[in-house]
Amino acid sequence: MAGAVSGELGHALAVLALTASCAQAVLGLLARPPLAAAAAALAQAGAVALAASLALLIAAFVRSDFSFAVVAAHSHSAKPLLYKIAGAWGNHEGSMLLWCLVSSAFGAAFSLRRGPLSLGHWSRTLGVQGLVTAGALVYALILSNPFARLDPAPMEGAGLNPVLQDPALALHPPMLYLGYVGLSLPFSLALAALIEGEAGPAWARALRPWALIAGTCLTLGIALGSYWAYYELGWGGWWFWDPVENASFMPWLAAAALLHAGLVTERRGSLASWTVLLAILGFGLALLGTFLVRSGVLTSVHAFAIDPQRGVAVLVLLALAMGGGLVLYAWRAGRLDKPRGFAALSREGALVANNLGLSVACGTVLIGTLYPLLAEAVTGRLVSVGPPYFNLTFAPLMGALLLLAPLGPLLAWRRGDLGAAARRLALAFAAALGLALGVGLLLAPGWGAALGLGLGAWLVLGALVYLWARAGARFGKLAALPLGIWAAGLAHAGLGVFVLGAVGETSFKQERALLLLPGERTRFAGREVTLSGIEAAEGPNYYADRAIFSVDGRSIAAERRFYPASQTPTSEVAILSSWGGDLYIALGETSREAGPVRLSVRLYFNPMVQLIYGGAALMALGGALALVRRMRLRGEAS
Amino acid sequence: MALLVTLALLVSPLSDPAEEARARALETEIRCVVCQNEPISQSSADMAADMRALVRERVRAGDSDAEIRAFFAARYGDFVLLRPRIEAGALALWLAPLALLAIGAGLTWNALRRRPGEDFPPEPD
Repeated sequence: MAGAVSGELGHALAVLALTASCAQAVLGLLARPPLAAAAAALAQAGAVALAASLALLIAAFVRSDFSFAVVAAHSHSAKPLLYKIAGAWGNHEGSMLLWCLVSSAFGAAFSLRRGPLSLGHWSRTLGVQGLVTAGALVYALILSNPFARLDPAPMEGAGLNPVLQDPALALHPPMLYLGYVGLSLPFSLALAALIEGEAGPAWARALRPWALIAGTCLTLGIALGSYWAYYELGWGGWWFWDPVENASFMPWLAAAALLHAGLVTERRGSLASWTVLLAILGFGLALLGTFLVRSGVLTSVHAFAIDPQRGVAVLVLLALAMGGGLVLYAWRAGRLDKPRGFAALSREGALVANNLGLSVACGTVLIGTLYPLLAEAVTGRLVSVGPPYFNLTFAPLMGALLLLAPLGPLLAWRRGDLGAAARRLALAFAAALGLALGVGLLLAPGWGAALGLGLGAWLVLGALVYLWARAGARFGKLAALPLGIWAAGLAHAGLGVFVLGAVGETSFKQERALLLLPGERTRFAGREVTLSGIEAAEGPNYYADRAIFSVDGRSIAAERRFYPASQTPTSEVAILSSWGGDLYIALGETSREAGPVRLSVRLYFNPMVQLIYGGAALMALGGALALVRRMRLRGEAS
Repeated sequence: MALLVTLALLVSPLSDPAEEARARALETEIRCVVCQNEPISQSSADMAADMRALVRERVRAGDSDAEIRAFFAARYGDFVLLRPRIEAGALALWLAPLALLAIGAGLTWNALRRRPGEDFPPEPD
């Protein structure tokens, strides 16, 4: 019988990987030449073992082996193949195994090449990374063993939560985990630097790709999750400052700060101790994110795997990592700094301002997220901290930071020429200000929204000015610019595009709720919307009522589905995208009594919403280009 | 019965556009008490529809925004206010971002302060 012992084999491979990571930790931390090579070999062997272990779990999901407790609880034989595969990480146990695999695989990737790093730095980084993987594996094997068996095996599984059966959500968790766990290597590098007492340019050069990977994957993971919420949850929103959203956003802010601080350390050797501290705290935020999602201490639309005991265990891991890291930092950080002075108005100065802004913004999100927990613990009162709080605190702070963003890249290292940078940006600033004034006076969405749109335009134009200035104001040279310049330009422009979309969508969206008879039409957002008809439909594992709408002659359908496996109803919205934005239709109840069938419908027009995701994609593209550049440099060096 | 429920979901708009706008803004700030984490403006739960109707009733009766928030807090607890109140108890929450900024700026200033007369020649990339 296929896979009769695959669960036990998968479990054994995970235990083997745990042994390998423990040995990797000891040998790596000793940092002697032959031992370091052994630690590297163990890192690679452990990653292979874990990859095989996860593959066995995925295989159990694919063949619907309900003798696996996780498969029985989260899968169903009638589920489409993609969601059977994604089901392997769509649950707590499997996702923790994925976490371990990513941590181990990143360690293995790091072990492949030492580059200009000292042997001590390289070996000790492998050692700490081994500890991280071992800690996660102990947790995964003891508290959430994905290979636990059921005897007798049930005939059928309980099914995956239908709202999670979605292509974007199949990719969302692996992307987020790549991002979260991407921050584990900067953490390991930081601890290695503290042990070695040195964090110079070579160290920062080894660190920055991991901050780039974390930032890029978090950008993609958050954008996928947000896009999913936009079309799946049925109210046209894309961000709600929900605790679990914040849990992924804080590591993103930390990764962004680390990326910029690491730049100073790599190029100038300055800010070493700050970069080390950020690397430690960034991983802390990634662990905190895992804790918030997994423990269910915060009520949230997303917390689908809740178990207080597991939450406490993640908290213990968090306390060990942060306690160890920060004690080491307090003891050794004094040795790291080799300050090379710079004027306040310089590239370094601008990057320090960037880090101050991002750190305070991150701290604000942290306080807003944890405050309800603290308030309940101290006063026993339940309070909520919702979007209005973040809009009043985070938004102005970020606005001020983004106002400075186009300036920084135009300043020279050590001492910049503010006048020259301002002259280059004058036209862009005037255009952005003109846009803000024009929108504010003509469309009157409120001055906050007008300034927000101006800010978005300022960022985009500022990025273009940066590329133009770097090309020496010659079109011919634009194509020949180094990839790193394009990466920075695209990432900043993407941020601007995102701001335009976020502010535009929030300020100009329209919404109407109404009852429609089949054949009835209404005018909404300059469009003619007709309910053409309602029909019954059937999918691979659900039944649906499908409402067909005709919008200016084009046909779109919204559904209310019922999944018999989990006895859950869901709602699928209809979206008609155009250059101006999305027409978005969500279904409410159908009334079958008191005469004709009338459908309760919510109509939304979400203008500029594509810019939100387009902006995120541009940012991720910038990150990817920077990574490609790093790999090329490596190739040339070796 | 089904029809009644359906109609309850579609709270009728207020005739005065200014009042309607106020009601909509308030609805984004009040949390649906039976949902996981949603304001009543976004929830399709019957409870949220009832709460939306209640907001509109208070707006029509001429209550101020502050009075309506206080009304909901008294009825369902502070938990329903997605915009935490600015009051003595929550001062820490509202002042925290400013305090963080002040501390961060102070530390940065202190770390980067240089002796007078020190000069840094610019360096190209």
